[in-house]
Amino acid sequence: MSLRIINARLIDPASGRDAAGDILIDKGRIAALDAEARAARAERSLDAGGLVVAPGVIDLAARLREPGEEYKATLESEMEAAVAGGVTSLACPPDTDPPLDEPGLIDMLRRRARAFARARLYPVGALTVKLQGETLTEMAELAESGCVAFSQANVPLQDTQMLWRALQYAVSFGFPVWLRPAEPWLSRGGVAHDGEVATRLGLPGVPSFAETIAICTILEIVRATGARVHLCRLSTEGAVAMVRAAKREGLPVTCDVSAHHLHLCDVDLGYFDSQCRLDPPLRAQRDRDALSAGVSDGTIDCVCSDHTPVDEDAKHQPFAEAAPGATGLELLLPLMLRWGSLNKRPLAQTLARITCDPARILGVRSGRLELGAPGDLVVFDPDASDRIVPESLKSQGKNTPFLGYELPGRVRATIVAGKVVYERE
Amino acid sequence: MDRNPQLNKNGELQHLLSIEGLPREVIERVLATADSFVGVTEREVKKVPLLRGKSVFNLFFEPSTRTRTTFEIAAKRLSADVINLNIAASSQSKGESLLDTIANLSAMQADIYVVRHASSGAPFLIARHVKPHEHVINAGDGRHAHPTQGLLDLYTLRHYKKDFTQLTVAIVGDVLHSRVARSLIHGLTTLGTPEVRVIGPQTLMPSGVEALGVHVYRDMREGLKGCDAVVMLRLQNERMRGALLPSAQEFFKHFGLTADKLALAKPDVIVMHPGPMNRGVEIDSSVADGPHSVILPQVTFGIAVRMAVMSMVGGASA
Amino acid sequence: MNTLPDAEKLCVQLADMIRPQLTQNTAMIGLYTGGVWLAERLHPLLGLAEPLGTLDIAFYRDDYHQQGLARDPKRSNIPFSIEGRDLLLVDDVLYTGRTVRAAMNELFDYGRPARISLAVLADRGGRQLPICAQYCGARLEVPAGARLRLRRGEDGRLSLQLEHGS
Repeated sequence: MSLRIINARLIDPASGRDAAGDILIDKGRIAALDAEARAARAERSLDAGGLVVAPGVIDLAARLREPGEEYKATLESEMEAAVAGGVTSLACPPDTDPPLDEPGLIDMLRRRARAFARARLYPVGALTVKLQGETLTEMAELAESGCVAFSQANVPLQDTQMLWRALQYAVSFGFPVWLRPAEPWLSRGGVAHDGEVATRLGLPGVPSFAETIAICTILEIVRATGARVHLCRLSTEGAVAMVRAAKREGLPVTCDVSAHHLHLCDVDLGYFDSQCRLDPPLRAQRDRDALSAGVSDGTIDCVCSDHTPVDEDAKHQPFAEAAPGATGLELLLPLMLRWGSLNKRPLAQTLARITCDPARILGVRSGRLELGAPGDLVVFDPDASDRIVPESLKSQGKNTPFLGYELPGRVRATIVAGKVVYERE
Repeated sequence: MDRNPQLNKNGELQHLLSIEGLPREVIERVLATADSFVGVTEREVKKVPLLRGKSVFNLFFEPSTRTRTTFEIAAKRLSADVINLNIAASSQSKGESLLDTIANLSAMQADIYVVRHASSGAPFLIARHVKPHEHVINAGDGRHAHPTQGLLDLYTLRHYKKDFTQLTVAIVGDVLHSRVARSLIHGLTTLGTPEVRVIGPQTLMPSGVEALGVHVYRDMREGLKGCDAVVMLRLQNERMRGALLPSAQEFFKHFGLTADKLALAKPDVIVMHPGPMNRGVEIDSSVADGPHSVILPQVTFGIAVRMAVMSMVGGASA
Repeated sequence: MNTLPDAEKLCVQLADMIRPQLTQNTAMIGLYTGGVWLAERLHPLLGLAEPLGTLDIAFYRDDYHQQGLARDPKRSNIPFSIEGRDLLLVDDVLYTGRTVRAAMNELFDYGRPARISLAVLADRGGRQLPICAQYCGARLEVPAGARLRLRRGEDGRLSLQLEHGS
């Protein structure tokens, strides 16, 4: 099967290319570009006049809710959501039920994903058994089954000795560890950023230093062990500064932020809007601005959706009792485009944070338009915008603070391994 | 952000959820209406027919006999039918969701829900989901707000002190967990009180409390100087010993209201407390029962204030 | 609207009408707002022993469910016992009779008067309840939809005014 796309505005964030061109995908891989692609024969040809063609979006955190929480979402519904949002690869955190701590679970998940043939799935294995922080998982086994990294998801390790041992063990095999920096005692019971808004609303707060203290701990252990750590979902100004310094020092750390935290802050809680109940909590405006600056200057390597479908009942609760999280797979690209235009960043740089940069962290060849790279593409109209309504979301979770927003970027086609897996007129 | 969910399109009180965000005129209207109801409560027949045929549901997801009783008296004096539901003991334990409970009561033709809930914001959630002719009155949600208490505190202050723009008011104790303090602070600042102080150890102060328009004092003697009114907050038993405070005794020594500390305030200072009091923890008996105390009149005014709120929301159309 | 009679003159005439019927037992109650102004004039003219009572019927109105609570209810104040009393209820304009109905209901929550009579400055007809005034300053024809009300000027002078509804 070969596919040729012509007359596109071809953007390759890795090289910075943003120019008109053509692309040919053959046998699942990028086979030719521009004149050579234009001259080639293909079984299918798409005319992408007026549209952007870029590497498919890579999302480092998307919960599919399988296994165990199929009432919230299923692999089918969320994979449809992924490709509708131009996402061609996604990593799923291990906080399923049961957690992804056994090779059998990984096998089953990957088999289901392959059979469904939408986006590529990269499971992140549990760092400890049942995420309980007591026993290491069989990381080598899990890696063989296809785990790309190991993580505690949103369940931070309380025991710092366990953290030290886990990083020592992971580094022995060269496995990356993805950690959500949250000091568990300081985070305990908190549901909102500890600040003026939480004070006004009478909500228990999570102080910013719950995050920075955890980063401090993690960085010290990274210094001692040399483990490769990816810090997930930064939320504070202090965290950005610490990562910036750590990178300058040469520590093997990377980090990401959720798209929600680039756009929203605690003020958006309004009158207890449970759609804004997120983990980590939405923080102050200056934190949001610092995160945004971090994404601009590359301190923050990439932006993810932190996709967390939640059923309606779980959100129809008083703020503190509502389940945290927001659906985001379909909003990641539009939210990045919105961020790019608000911050006047070139489109190629904006897209880098959701394509080649996360690819680098995953250690995969996708995310770039170069010969031989996987034929994963997104075709979108940068000038069209859509109003976000529950009915327009393919995800089973309709929970998003962006309901009612008009967001830019309409995905017209999503291509995985040269196959069109999503198409919209 | 949404329109203030408490006000209808005419700017009238559709629900009472929080004092924050209420326009000054609305607060003043509540106080003026309450004043008329004080007249009613002083009569032989303490009842008016305003809410005849209306049903008031007291939904107490968190038990509180005292607050529930004052709402019950207020509703009965307005001739409403009052149904008390102690939800803590019934449906919630059967796993019924908050909104299911409301839908059920709505089917029983409720007009006004008086809601007490341990979780901040619960009355907002309910108000978003009730029918247009139904009204929600917040009787205390988590640490967030206790607007009828705040309004009765304002009524009491106005009764004794008249002009808010000349007052210095100190609120003492566990501000962190206090919905009473938050509501009163919003009310005082909206009415133009120039000096609102909060007094207590840092463990009992929410972060960024200054943003509410108050001055923080750690030293009670310093904070009481020149005060026209002192509002003592209740300290919950479970908070008297642990990470927040070492002991009730030490708290009383430094932050309990005694006659000698009160002497630092103005000679005509009034002392308020939302009740129930912990004598010897936040307030000394000689002060609670002393000449400056207006704690019992607060309770009387509270009924008139709740009558005012119920009759105002009960007559507002969505 | 120069056809409206002078309210100040009507006041005096009304007092003259009432005076012969007064008993030792008579007490006066004005209805907010216009009725209280009028009662404040009549009360000294009639030399009643008991202080003037005032009544705001906001909590007894029958249109609460349609209109909601009146904006600025005043505190009713009856500084005497009404038990067994001859009450003289005073209002500015008698129209549908609903205000008087509400006032009587409220009065009975204070006690059981021996007799209630009604004095108004003007009766504009249009009754919806079986209520009539024993003492009436003037009977006026007022177009439906217009509002006849008593005004009190800066100088304290009372005047009748006709407002045309929208």
